[in-house]
Amino acid sequence: MKKIGAEILIECLKEQGVSTVFGYPGGTVLDIYDALYRDGTINHVITSHEQGAAHAADGYARVTGRTGVVIATSGPGATNLVTGIATAFMDSVPVVAITGNVGITMLGRDSFQEIDISGITMPITKHNYIVKDVNTLADVIREAFLIANSGRKGPVLIDILKNVQVGEAEYEPAIPAAAHSKPVPASALESAAAALKKAERPLILVGGGAIASDASREVVALAEKLDAPVASTLMGLGACPASHPLFVGMIGMHGTATAAKLCMESDCILALGTRFSDRVALNRDKFAAGKTVIQIDIDDAEIDKNVPVTYSVLGDVKQALTTLLPMLQQKRRSFSKTAADYRAAEQKKNRTDELGHKVLIEAAKLAPKDTIVVTDVGQHQMWTAQYYPIERPRTFCTSGGLGTMGYGLGAAIGAAFGSGKHVILVTGDGCFNMNLNELSTAVTENLPITILLMNNRALGMVRQWQKLFYNNRFSQTDIRKKTDYVKFAESFGAKGYAIEKEADIAPVLKKALATPSPVLVDCRISNDENVLPMIRPGATYDTIITDWEEK
Amino acid sequence: MNQYTISALVANKSGVLTRVAALFARRGYNIESLSVCKTETDAFSRMTIVLNGDDYILGQMMKQMDKLIDVKKIKRVEEDAVSRELLLVKVKTDSATRSQILEISQIFRAKVVDVSIEATILELTGKPSKLDGFVTMLLPYGVMELARTGVTAISRGKTCIQDETDYKEKI
Repeated sequence: MKKIGAEILIECLKEQGVSTVFGYPGGTVLDIYDALYRDGTINHVITSHEQGAAHAADGYARVTGRTGVVIATSGPGATNLVTGIATAFMDSVPVVAITGNVGITMLGRDSFQEIDISGITMPITKHNYIVKDVNTLADVIREAFLIANSGRKGPVLIDILKNVQVGEAEYEPAIPAAAHSKPVPASALESAAAALKKAERPLILVGGGAIASDASREVVALAEKLDAPVASTLMGLGACPASHPLFVGMIGMHGTATAAKLCMESDCILALGTRFSDRVALNRDKFAAGKTVIQIDIDDAEIDKNVPVTYSVLGDVKQALTTLLPMLQQKRRSFSKTAADYRAAEQKKNRTDELGHKVLIEAAKLAPKDTIVVTDVGQHQMWTAQYYPIERPRTFCTSGGLGTMGYGLGAAIGAAFGSGKHVILVTGDGCFNMNLNELSTAVTENLPITILLMNNRALGMVRQWQKLFYNNRFSQTDIRKKTDYVKFAESFGAKGYAIEKEADIAPVLKKALATPSPVLVDCRISNDENVLPMIRPGATYDTIITDWEEK
Repeated sequence: MNQYTISALVANKSGVLTRVAALFARRGYNIESLSVCKTETDAFSRMTIVLNGDDYILGQMMKQMDKLIDVKKIKRVEEDAVSRELLLVKVKTDSATRSQILEISQIFRAKVVDVSIEATILELTGKPSKLDGFVTMLLPYGVMELARTGVTAISRGKTCIQDETDYKEKI
């Protein structure tokens, strides 16, 4: 049947099973918004700013595993998506961004709100399109969804010219091509299996790829079969339950001392869907020197990119582990006992008095296990990774690769829509101020989001680096804002509470977590707290700082 | 620092050259030459890239390029492959130097494609090193301008770039 481009877009979104999209209308997407209005079956969430919409699509995708969709107009609408698209790109999150653009007769003439968003987003998308012919539109949209959610997942942008939105074409419904990853043959895993059998002290390093491929069950089964401790990158949190006896916490710059020690002592590292970023393999030459390293990754370019590996397996983590598991025998190893001892000793030593930490520990105790935890970026993000045990995959959203301050609130909105669960957003006063406009979106949509604002009146992480590397010259990191966040929340229609001392924690959190609508909790913490342990950039794991005085 | 030649079959669409060139720029790869041409099928263009670097950069560049949706096949061209470049050079000429310039051209088997009172245009095809040598010999006479196509290359024997597996088909 004949349809105009804007209607074809809506039909294609429905083909893909899209029920919720995030976005913001404008001049060159008027026809798309008109088609949305006339169709009436897709839930469109309007944010305060396109960046928030992009992060929402990202958060939606992370918690559901389905592709998030964001729509923005040309020019500033499109450029406002850029940080959100880049965030999704760095963390391999499937997002399809749809932008309008001026009509073909206006293109290239620097028309009002015309921008080359395809050119701008080329390095931060898996692929992008400029659609100039309505007859190609349906297939472009189908291909975009397939690309976004297959292989190493990531964002795809479709720039649809105005004339395409109003132009007519024949529309034939199609069943979406499923993004299946190929089974990994046993032949590809023989060397890896042999090395694992021989290993005396194997350490499993689990990354975001394990979450993306929904391989949590296989990761745990593998750990139990090998009797190997599991360390996780920030992106991998949730792939192995934090309460699992073999789990030893996060690894890397702010990872646990246990993970660092075990990594040094291990004779074999099995990396599952992780790219040995500079926040994990801080010193890439020494990180795994002398060890057998096995890397399973779906992106060929990640093999040998940062850390040279002994054996590599190209493929989806779940597929690879499904093949690998029957090739291995159950074996007890004393290394798991070493891991448990280190972990117990570290936890005993780490009793914290810090108010912010206690808020997180208490929140984890009070909130159900399927609560979605979203963070912004900085000290509070690392504290969350350290003190809030993530028990399930796809319940933790954080900007790992790009480190996007301001990611959290938008992502929390998307995560709330995607999961239908209660969302805890842990943020800092620096990050929160970047995109606090989206609190109005959360209120409008009446979303069950509890915001734990770690208010230290400082850009804490940068300040910590100034303390460590710049001799306490706190250039621009002490925040002098006079904002009353409780009143702010109330003025936006949310509830606002404050935590000033330990006695406030339990009663306030109980109230907040029982509220099925946005609540902001202003946690007034010290401005001088550090994130520890810490390993300096470029340094080896043996130089880990666990005590600030000893640094 | 080594030199490698890479061939790629890419979608014959606008913007593909930008994607490839932008990839080199942002990853800091050092490209010696890049040439693009039509192929026997309308759907594909062929790129030949000469890269300066080491094995790590070669491996990374090929894998990163292979990830681009528009790159269908990619192959490192063997060192013994047939590899050619075309040069057009305009040399300052007068009655005193003309015969010397023609003599040099004969040694290199270059073709004279245009002659005027003050200039001669010569055409030469061959390996880049041969072209370099030719230009060096002409420099004393005054090279007014020159244009080179960049290297284009093809494997010997029956192996073809079509035989390569696209990374995207493997996963």
